[in-house]
Amino acid sequence: MKKLIIILLAVVVFASCENNNTKSNTENKKSNVSIAAAGATFPMPFYNMAFKAYTQKSGIPVSYGGIGSGGGIRSLKDKVVDFGASDAFLNDAKMAEMPAPVVHIPTCSGAVVIAFNLDGINSIKLNPDVLTKIFMGKITQWNDPQLTKLNPGINFPDAGIKVVHRSDGSGTTAIFSDYMSKISSDWKDQIGAGKSLNWPVGMGAKGNPGVAGTISQTEGSIGYIGSEYAFAQKISFAFLQNQSGNFIEPSLESVSAAGNGEIPADTRIMLTNSTDPNAYPICGFTWIVLYKDQDFNGRTEEQAKETLKLLNWMLQPEAQDIAKKVNYAPLPQNVVGMAKEILNSVTYDGKPLQY
Amino acid sequence: MNSENITKNILFVTSLIILLISIGMVITLVSGSIPIFKEFGFQFIYSTEWDPTAGRENYGALPVIVGTLITSFLALIICLPLAFSTSLFIAEYYKGSIISKIIGTLIDLLAGIPSIVYGLWGFYVLRPFIVQLGLSEQGYGIFTSSLVLAIMIIPYATSLSTEIISLVPNHLKEAAYSLGATRLEVIFNVTVPAARSGIIASYILAFGRAIGETMAVTMLIGNRNAIPHSIFDIGNTMASVIANQFGEAEGLKLSALIAIGLLLFLITAIINYLGKLVIKQFS
Repeated sequence: MKKLIIILLAVVVFASCENNNTKSNTENKKSNVSIAAAGATFPMPFYNMAFKAYTQKSGIPVSYGGIGSGGGIRSLKDKVVDFGASDAFLNDAKMAEMPAPVVHIPTCSGAVVIAFNLDGINSIKLNPDVLTKIFMGKITQWNDPQLTKLNPGINFPDAGIKVVHRSDGSGTTAIFSDYMSKISSDWKDQIGAGKSLNWPVGMGAKGNPGVAGTISQTEGSIGYIGSEYAFAQKISFAFLQNQSGNFIEPSLESVSAAGNGEIPADTRIMLTNSTDPNAYPICGFTWIVLYKDQDFNGRTEEQAKETLKLLNWMLQPEAQDIAKKVNYAPLPQNVVGMAKEILNSVTYDGKPLQY
Repeated sequence: MNSENITKNILFVTSLIILLISIGMVITLVSGSIPIFKEFGFQFIYSTEWDPTAGRENYGALPVIVGTLITSFLALIICLPLAFSTSLFIAEYYKGSIISKIIGTLIDLLAGIPSIVYGLWGFYVLRPFIVQLGLSEQGYGIFTSSLVLAIMIIPYATSLSTEIISLVPNHLKEAAYSLGATRLEVIFNVTVPAARSGIIASYILAFGRAIGETMAVTMLIGNRNAIPHSIFDIGNTMASVIANQFGEAEGLKLSALIAIGLLLFLITAIINYLGKLVIKQFS
């Protein structure tokens, strides 16, 4: 008797699952095309606004899940999304791990700003050497001669420097540490680059809001924050000396300028330490990653076309203006051209797609 | 088939589901942590290195294990006098009065406050206060986290022990009174010993809650993967490191985080077991 009931229950449970599945399948077939994407949280405010605007314009619903760059790539790998989004491009090894070839489409760029909290001081200048020494714990006092020499006229307090970094894995940390590894061999050897690091000094806070909050609450602190967040806050940030020797204030213009240099055809490049004389040195693209052949997992050609239409629209001035409004730097013209080239190379079942 | 049997079978199936879920969790945790133990062996548990940089990855869980145990024990120590006196106040001295009802309700409310709110309160109110007191330069760290944790676990420590204390049979107390005992003597020689195992159980419950708390601790502990040098130093906890790093983790690091989850599971199980032993000893 007992057994019979368990079996009956199991049958009922499975039967109801089956029922649900078929229902939702037929519903999907009836409804129009909708696009699903997931990935990086860094460009999320931009994507949310742009996708909303696109849905209003075209009637195609677009959903975006901000689950982190790693999650976005995993979702694409599992073929559960139309495209993924990532702050870090896939290196050759990671591209080889994907089940099919993928392409990268940059959508905008952002920067990492060095924010600090010193009573009565609104801006300071930092050069690569001093920046490295602060974040490696080799300069520990605000009135260190190396800092005062760089900033004549600023009266630094006799206080300890409290470094604040991200406690969670993040593209912001990846861009920051990539830059630090480029400007300092000590950094490269002892700390390296990555989404999370083995920090020699300082304390961690979760997310850009966590770091920004900790800095604004802690006198004498310094840390790095994603520009898209920092520009919307009243927070003091440092001018950084770029490769050409100019001290550059982080701004949408100086971030866009970082994309003026030489960019490889597949746009997989870290923009850090740009050679452009007007470029802010700690910048990076954020990418949308999609399969080069859009015929996967039984997707229709219409679905593939609508996906490309959306991505093409993201490169248009209309969408790029939305980026500016939410504090992301728009792509420079040459990069827009390259991104369109890449979109044109996308195929469906081996044939080029007309979108 | 009668309703008796149907009820019995439904109960059997639902409890079986709970059992299956727990077993499934253990299997997932164990299989997820195999790569890290293959790579580092048991060194993973006692190593203090935590370097996620690709190429020289090295993971050791000791700093977060120490951080978790210190914050939780400290929280329990801070919470004990408060919780103990509150439960005596509610269940014994002012039993049934309006004031004890108000306090009892407030304490239950404390349990319903989301932990992010405790975190924010700790961040904006408690932390600057600790800086003002000169206990720590920046206010983050083990001590601040423990204080907030202590407040968070008070409801767990208080509710159950209040219940148990008020359940102590009246005839026991009356017998003591009739022998000429004072109220204080009755409480400490009759009530508390009679309720001892329940009181201890409630503290174990509270301790378990402190071990697993994530959000509020993450905001206040400083998140540094090093063994703290004092209770005013910054550190990290197991739950906090998992919450922080899980989103972007992959490969060996993901395995390291799952292994920390497994260790957390084991520590909780050990503490529960020890608690049961203690209860058996006393009852």
